[in-house]
Amino acid sequence: MQALTNRSKIVSNKKMTFMEKLYLPAIIGGLRITLRHFFKKKVTLKYPEVKREFSPVYRGMHVLKRDEKGAENCTACGLCAVACPAEAITMEAAERKDGEEGLYREERYAAKYEINMLRCIYCGLCEEACPKDAIYLTDRIVESEYTRESFIYGKDLLVEKVDERIDVTKRKKKSFNDDSSTGSV
Amino acid sequence: MTLLTSILTLDWVLLTDKLILIGILFAVALGIAAYSTLAERKIAAYMQDRIGPDRAGFKGMLQPIADGVKSILKEEIIPTKAHKFLFILGPCIFMTVALMTYAIIPWGKDLIINGRHFQLQLVDLNVGILYSFGVVSLGVYGIMIGGWASNNKFSLLGAVRASTQMISYELAMGLSLIPIVMMTSSLSLRDITEAQAGWNWNIFYQPVAFIIFLTCSLAETNRTPFDLAETESELIGGYHTEYSSMKLALYLFGEYVNIFVSAAIISILFLGGYHFPGMENLGLSPNWLSIVSMLTLFGKIFFMIFVFMWIRWTIPRFRYDQLMKLGWQIFIPICIVNILATGLIITLFGK
Repeated sequence: MQALTNRSKIVSNKKMTFMEKLYLPAIIGGLRITLRHFFKKKVTLKYPEVKREFSPVYRGMHVLKRDEKGAENCTACGLCAVACPAEAITMEAAERKDGEEGLYREERYAAKYEINMLRCIYCGLCEEACPKDAIYLTDRIVESEYTRESFIYGKDLLVEKVDERIDVTKRKKKSFNDDSSTGSV
Repeated sequence: MTLLTSILTLDWVLLTDKLILIGILFAVALGIAAYSTLAERKIAAYMQDRIGPDRAGFKGMLQPIADGVKSILKEEIIPTKAHKFLFILGPCIFMTVALMTYAIIPWGKDLIINGRHFQLQLVDLNVGILYSFGVVSLGVYGIMIGGWASNNKFSLLGAVRASTQMISYELAMGLSLIPIVMMTSSLSLRDITEAQAGWNWNIFYQPVAFIIFLTCSLAETNRTPFDLAETESELIGGYHTEYSSMKLALYLFGEYVNIFVSAAIISILFLGGYHFPGMENLGLSPNWLSIVSMLTLFGKIFFMIFVFMWIRWTIPRFRYDQLMKLGWQIFIPICIVNILATGLIITLFGK
């Protein structure tokens, strides 16, 4: 039969020669290979001390961004929750009161914003759906917990702190970099 | 009355000497076996381009202790249908027998303390080799009893495999040593060591016997390529499938004690024991010479242990029929030819 690919190997059942039957040359060859690997450079990274660099498109734990003045970007429009295929996002909207302009950028804000990290599949669709430059996936890792409840992350864990901003420039949409607040990707 | 006189005439000084030596040997044997487990993991890791356990203590040096504590704290399970007494007896026999071979190994030249000769060997048996074979082959009883008492088909299969393998390889192992016994005309391990002073190591005179003996030692200690008794892929864990906690640890630990004994016997029979070339010309005092000779033997033993592990992480497991064919149809004829050839050379050319 004609071979379908050029990768197939032809099996031969030819008699082994005396040297092959001794097996010793083959065994010594094998021992040489393992000994060579014994002295090779090791590939292991000692994890907590040394961390492997993430790829620029890595999708890890979410962050809710603030603008330059420290006001939250999110307006609780709910587009991320609608886009989410795993239905991991829930939120409650509230109206901004007078005097809270420093806290929230627009008149509406999310009073409650929760992501269930066990449901989330880290697809990044929430980030794509967001029209307000508010939610991003970062290269941070969701830590392990003991109970299911503690995987429901609220605003205390998701919103970035005013004094320790999280850099998402690698993932920013082009339209937001141009500072035009609308536009699709 | 005879008992009383025999107690009174006992050489109490000799007895204390030997008891001290037994204590030291016991500690050293178990210590080396414990660190062999770490060495095995490290060597395996290095050969696979990893670095192995390095978290417990400096470079993972406390790992054996952590493993030991873990095995003691684990839950002890005895299956309901198992034969309780034999189930517990199995690992005990295995470990005891593994430790018994230490009695005949000559560790070095005599120490002289206050004019008294202090022999670094528990007993210099004139049938040392026979004793070591007898005791080592008893080890399979631990496996057989444990495997049968578990009342588990996989355990039983593992035990049956272990015993057939042991019987097949015992023969070739014994036959491979006859040329050496013919060359030294003695069965005592001390005499065999003394005959190998300088460069007269048996490995240079009997390379075929060395290869066969090394292979049979691998089979006797149930190591890869001959670990058919515990083949994870076919028999789950073989004879120790049902074991847990400290009893499992005894089985696994006994294997390393066996490796140490095998490495020691190979070093003594083939690699010149505690001799190294030019040892007599160093101009050392007898006591220092004794210590240096002991360190030499340990160096050789550690090298042999490394070879055992090196082979384990290189060669895949034999199939069962290949294993039997190798033992009965290849090794035994080669051994017999080797005996005849050695006899011929000794009669024709003298020693």
